Amino acid sequence: MPRIVGVDIPPNKRVVTSLTYIHGIGLTTAVKVCADLGLDPQMPAKNLADEEVQKIAGYLDKNLIVEGALRRSVAQSIQRLKEIGCYRGLRHRRGLPVRGQMTQSNARTRKGPRKTVAGKKSVKGH
Amino acid sequence: MSRSLKKGPYVDVKLERKVLRMADAGTRTPIKTWARACTVTPDFVGHTFLVYDGRRHVKVYVVEDMVGHKLGEFAPTRTFRGHTNKKGK
Repeated sequence: MPRIVGVDIPPNKRVVTSLTYIHGIGLTTAVKVCADLGLDPQMPAKNLADEEVQKIAGYLDKNLIVEGALRRSVAQSIQRLKEIGCYRGLRHRRGLPVRGQMTQSNARTRKGPRKTVAGKKSVKGH
Repeated sequence: MSRSLKKGPYVDVKLERKVLRMADAGTRTPIKTWARACTVTPDFVGHTFLVYDGRRHVKVYVVEDMVGHKLGEFAPTRTFRGHTNKKGK
């Protein structure tokens, strides 16, 4: 069972697909990684030789930000927005959509599960 | 959509002139401004601006991380004080 950049253990799937199990690698990047290293994308990941695994790890190290480092850099960017007190930072702090979406209805991804307010009648026409 | 790179960042001409003049003089008094759309340039760092929010001038002290943002981002135009609490009435 191949192990790439720490914890990721992609199993019986093809190499391209299993690479996408790494945070920060999608299909496009996975295809590119295989092409750059001359690996057969269709081969099951378990058939990867140890040196090939090493090669992938080295490639990711050199060219991409992936997993923990990526998560950290994203968190830092958000932290920065919060600290300078700009509009986007305020939206992050409040857990509301950051990019100007409406919030009267929907926006459930950011706001989370509905919290029903007792006594609030239907929104239309008040 | 982001602004065309060809044009470069929008910096309010008069505001920039004012900042530069103050930098020459070495003074750092707050600058009152209505130019919310003006991008913060590295020259602005360390200055205080009073950015208009439609009602008042909000004090904004510019730090290095703010470079590249616009002044208006630091002076919210809406006040949301929370929904009315029915029980409280």
